[in-house]
Amino acid sequence: MIFVEDKALVVPGDVLADEEYHTGRGTFKEDNNICSSLVGLVAIRDKKISVIPLQSKYIPKRGDVVIGEVTDIRFSMWNLDINSPYSGFLPASDVFGKEKRDLNKAFNVGDVLFLRVVDVDEVKKVKLGLKGRGLGKFRGGILIYITPTKVPRLIGKKGSMINMIKDETKCDIIVGQNGVVWVKGEPQMERVAEKVINMIEDQAHTSGLTDRVRNMLSELLGKEIEEVEEVPEPDVDE
Amino acid sequence: MVNIVPEITRKSIVELIENGERADGRSIDEYRDISVEVGVIEKAEGSARVKIGKTQLVVGIKPQIGDPFSDTPNVGVLMTNSELLPMASPLFEPGPPDERSVELARVTDRCLREGKILDLEKLCIIPGEKVWMIFVDIHVLDYDGNLMDAAVLGSVAALISAKIPNATVEDDKIVLDEENPVALPINEKPLMCTFAKINGELINDPSLDEENVMDARISIGVREDGSICAMQKGGEMPLTKEEVISAVSRTIEKTKELREYLP
Repeated sequence: MIFVEDKALVVPGDVLADEEYHTGRGTFKEDNNICSSLVGLVAIRDKKISVIPLQSKYIPKRGDVVIGEVTDIRFSMWNLDINSPYSGFLPASDVFGKEKRDLNKAFNVGDVLFLRVVDVDEVKKVKLGLKGRGLGKFRGGILIYITPTKVPRLIGKKGSMINMIKDETKCDIIVGQNGVVWVKGEPQMERVAEKVINMIEDQAHTSGLTDRVRNMLSELLGKEIEEVEEVPEPDVDE
Repeated sequence: MVNIVPEITRKSIVELIENGERADGRSIDEYRDISVEVGVIEKAEGSARVKIGKTQLVVGIKPQIGDPFSDTPNVGVLMTNSELLPMASPLFEPGPPDERSVELARVTDRCLREGKILDLEKLCIIPGEKVWMIFVDIHVLDYDGNLMDAAVLGSVAALISAKIPNATVEDDKIVLDEENPVALPINEKPLMCTFAKINGELINDPSLDEENVMDARISIGVREDGSICAMQKGGEMPLTKEEVISAVSRTIEKTKELREYLP
């Protein structure tokens, strides 16, 4: 027996289903019933029921790519704020190899880096690395913060949503799994992208979002862009 | 916890201001959306909730009968306190008031007191013995910059809307008429404008990001006739004489707009 529909909004304690189903993320079992432990939307996949929270904090996971800010320089590592309850560290050996050099000449406090989570240990010490394509320090651009659970929505199916914003605003956009988004382009276009991304965060739990994003983009960018937009529409729509 | 502003955020804010723009699309001298509601707390004699953009605070007014200070036996007492609730920002911690909280309360108090908002002599019940003490309590619910303007706006709105019991003296005893409360003796309506100096430019109503990168800050309180009643400078860098003078004249213009939000 199931008591809720897919994508229904639930609050902590709401009974979702009975024991036929399996508990997923954001749920718990009580008296043979599955209950929600969060405010969020129900997601049902086969017999597994989980709740996707409306607001969340980023919990580091090995392999994620994240955007972090340097907060401190230690003897042989940088400390980074990764928009999470847990802070990360980047060992100096990852940047210099065995060579010893001044750490603050490479990255200083306040720099923003694009990194990969190399390892998360039992006490949630987050080891970060810079090895990989496109990883490194950002120069210029702006940062936008969204709730990490809404990152998949911002990216869209096979990147459809984020590619549409990239194409229309002609901005470089990089999304970290930790909910930090870096945007660089013409200052005006950066603002447009920021507005659109904030709108997506606001309405991530509703359907038909891609259409609204397209409308908003053409509205913000004016008519001439609208014509150009007609062309890529079919493949974006899929 | 120290607040570190990413270098690229600082750069983008400074560059925008150089072109006369702001991150949220405002002009240099534009306020965010302001809303003022009065009477939001049932248990308080006067109250107001102010929102400036995402900054939000509530102000409560509580009266109490007490002894006057010995050097001013014939006037009532006006006291302002502020509380920066930890839920307002990750930077606010529970515990005794810190520097920011004390500054907010002191600057608001200065603006209200020196702005002569209340006719304190009318709050005297028995000269030299019993007076009304009016407590203004500011609670910050959400912090997104520019607390001072919001605090003064909220305090003034709450004081205007406040109604206290009518106190009369019969046979040397104070009789309180709770049924027919009276408004406080409002004299003046002082208001405050805060400017942040970023890259040599003075901007109105700084947001949290802008406050984090500002060089200096100046808050100016003025009465309705444009006379100055309070001034507070913050931040590490100096302000020039011209900047202070232009801030004052901009405050006089801007407070006219703010005054329309008062009840």
